[in-house]
Amino acid sequence: MDDRGLSLDKVTIALGATQLLSLTRHVPPGEVLTVMGPSGSGKSTLLAYIGGFLDPAFTATGRVMAGPVEITRLPAEDRHVGILFQDPLLFPHMSVAGNLIFALPAHVADRKERRRRAERALERVGLAGLGERDPDTLSGGQKARVALARVLLSEPRMLLLDEPFSRLDADLRQQMRELVFSRARESGLPALLVTHDEADAQAAGGDVARIGE
Amino acid sequence: MLTRLGPPLTVFLLAGPILFGLAGTVLPAFGYLPALGGNEFTLAYFADFLARPGIDGSIGLSFLAGIASAGISLLVVMFFVAAWAGTRVFSRLQHLVSPLLSVPHAAAAFGLAFLIAPSGMIARLVSPELTGWTRPPDIAVVNDPMGLAMIAGLVVKEIPFLLLVTLAAMPQVRLAETRMLAASLGYGRVAGFLLLAWPAIYAQIRLAVFAVIAFASSVVDVAMILGPTTPPTLAVRLLQWMNSPDLSMRYLASAGALAQLAVTAAALAAWIGIERLGALLRNHLALRGRRFRHDAPARHGALAAMSVSALVVFAGLATLAIWSVSGFWKFPDTLPQSFTLKTWMTATPRIFSPLATTLVVAVAATIAAVILAILCLRREDETGRRPGRWALFLVYLPLIVPQAAFLFGLQLLFILTGTMASLPALILGHLVFVMPYVFLSLSDPWRAHDRRYEAIAAGLGRKRSETFWKVKLPMLLRTVLIAGAVGFAVSIGQYLPTVLIGAGRLATVTTEAVALASGGNRRVIGVYAFLQMLLPTLGFLVATALPAMLFRRRRAMRI
Repeated sequence: MDDRGLSLDKVTIALGATQLLSLTRHVPPGEVLTVMGPSGSGKSTLLAYIGGFLDPAFTATGRVMAGPVEITRLPAEDRHVGILFQDPLLFPHMSVAGNLIFALPAHVADRKERRRRAERALERVGLAGLGERDPDTLSGGQKARVALARVLLSEPRMLLLDEPFSRLDADLRQQMRELVFSRARESGLPALLVTHDEADAQAAGGDVARIGE
Repeated sequence: MLTRLGPPLTVFLLAGPILFGLAGTVLPAFGYLPALGGNEFTLAYFADFLARPGIDGSIGLSFLAGIASAGISLLVVMFFVAAWAGTRVFSRLQHLVSPLLSVPHAAAAFGLAFLIAPSGMIARLVSPELTGWTRPPDIAVVNDPMGLAMIAGLVVKEIPFLLLVTLAAMPQVRLAETRMLAASLGYGRVAGFLLLAWPAIYAQIRLAVFAVIAFASSVVDVAMILGPTTPPTLAVRLLQWMNSPDLSMRYLASAGALAQLAVTAAALAAWIGIERLGALLRNHLALRGRRFRHDAPARHGALAAMSVSALVVFAGLATLAIWSVSGFWKFPDTLPQSFTLKTWMTATPRIFSPLATTLVVAVAATIAAVILAILCLRREDETGRRPGRWALFLVYLPLIVPQAAFLFGLQLLFILTGTMASLPALILGHLVFVMPYVFLSLSDPWRAHDRRYEAIAAGLGRKRSETFWKVKLPMLLRTVLIAGAVGFAVSIGQYLPTVLIGAGRLATVTTEAVALASGGNRRVIGVYAFLQMLLPTLGFLVATALPAMLFRRRRAMRI
């Protein structure tokens, strides 16, 4: 097994007596596993299980490994799974730079260095100089890119993508897909994408797991 | 860690005083109070209670006040919502009425008295032109023996409360769709709403209606200001006995407090009967299929009633303010001949201490209530379990059990532990009544907050506590402060707990204002009642201004 990839080992999720899904897969670094299924099939629940914030109404079993680490044994804040939702969910009470600095790990201790890294992250998503802006004044596409920059800054072990392109219009959607997947590849992050859009799966290019069918 | 303690601590602080207090009322009622030499159980005090002159009148008044004020205010709210929900008139009136929730009952009651009394503002406006009065007529408008003024005072204060709880329940029904469905079946606007949407809403607000009945049937301050005097309501008489220098009257007062519990329970039982009748009537009308298409009179009537109820409070408060700065003001004149700050200046040195007590108690009780509510809600977030119906009932418990029934016993507890008339005891007494309102105003917006923000923060590697302090709390700051302002207003308005636990040594603006009621010095009453109204307003001002200032450059943080 690859020592940095994401492995789902006999992961099952059930709601009451109904089993929603059962999955065993390996996602190598930089690659994307696309999980497809209709709404209510439990694909977002899978991400919640991996992220460590599963609604107690569900029961889940199985191990999720990030390389050698079994993250399902860790509390959510120690799992370091970067999540992108349908909405960018930038923290509305912080500036754009504030959002990014919040994401930086604590080991970057120097304040100036934290600010510098945030600025560089903005440059890398094509938003140089927007750090002091109110997130709510950004366009939809800009917000999505800030959300991506934020999650990458947190040095995650993997990316969990919960239909992050579905709210964008067609042009932007294509751009964001390319940006997200290329940045995941560059950073060597395994990614798990849940979607019901076939075009997402094609753009991701990796394995496809179909559930709830 | 701390959140785990939240729910049990809250249960203890809410139910504890009520249970201890009830026990401390029940025992003396049956003659058992060793501290005063009562070692034997007896029914003598109940017999004594029933033999008091005019007691049946007092009981009847309390019962009637409970049913009538709840019934009238609910009818006004129900027809107003049925006729106008979703319109611009509705949102305008809603914004006018909502702030009235924070006006203490006593201030509103004084305002009403200053408005409708024979020498009040209304008489002045129409005299002598319409009435020919050059001197105030000798009619008992305020303190009338039927208690109508008191019921009116309660109605104008309960309408904003019931309107707000109804608004909170509105998302339960899909208003626009219900309207269209009812209209397509040919029903009038009001009838369609009442038949299709109201039952679901009423189920949500039922406990609030119960709270109104319980409050109105046992209220003391409003009854002292507006209610009859010969005899007064049961709750007022209880307080008179309680305040008697003759300590043995405590037995009688305790027996009376249990009678108050029974009267309130009877009013609630009668109300449940009225609910049944209402349901029968509704089913009957629905089966008959009458459409009530021409409901314009009902719609305009509801609008008029809602507007008048709000205007009465505003006009009353304005009259209070004028009185507090009035110089010589002879009867039929609409305004005083001169304005002066003399009353304020003479009152200021005496106001300082009650004002300080008011603020310390209100701030402490509010902070405690907000912390407890947040701990409970965070615990709910952690476990993912919503508390069941019993928890909601527990939250409403202090609002449904008549205050006298457990405050008498609680007072006894404080006396026995030597904490009587101490600030901590008074704060605890207020907390019991502040907590429910804080919890009720905080819980819905808290639960509506998007949990994905926390998921993101956890994914970014932030600890739970950091996520709470840096993400959730700032995002909900406005909501938390508003809930605090509600609690602050509730504490300012508390009369009975303050008189009983403060025992005359700790006075607040409210107890001072009510104590002035019998004296009838309108200028001084104006000063105190104005302060009573001002403090909650300041609370709401801070609660809206602070987040607006902190987040002035964050557009999404505005409402």
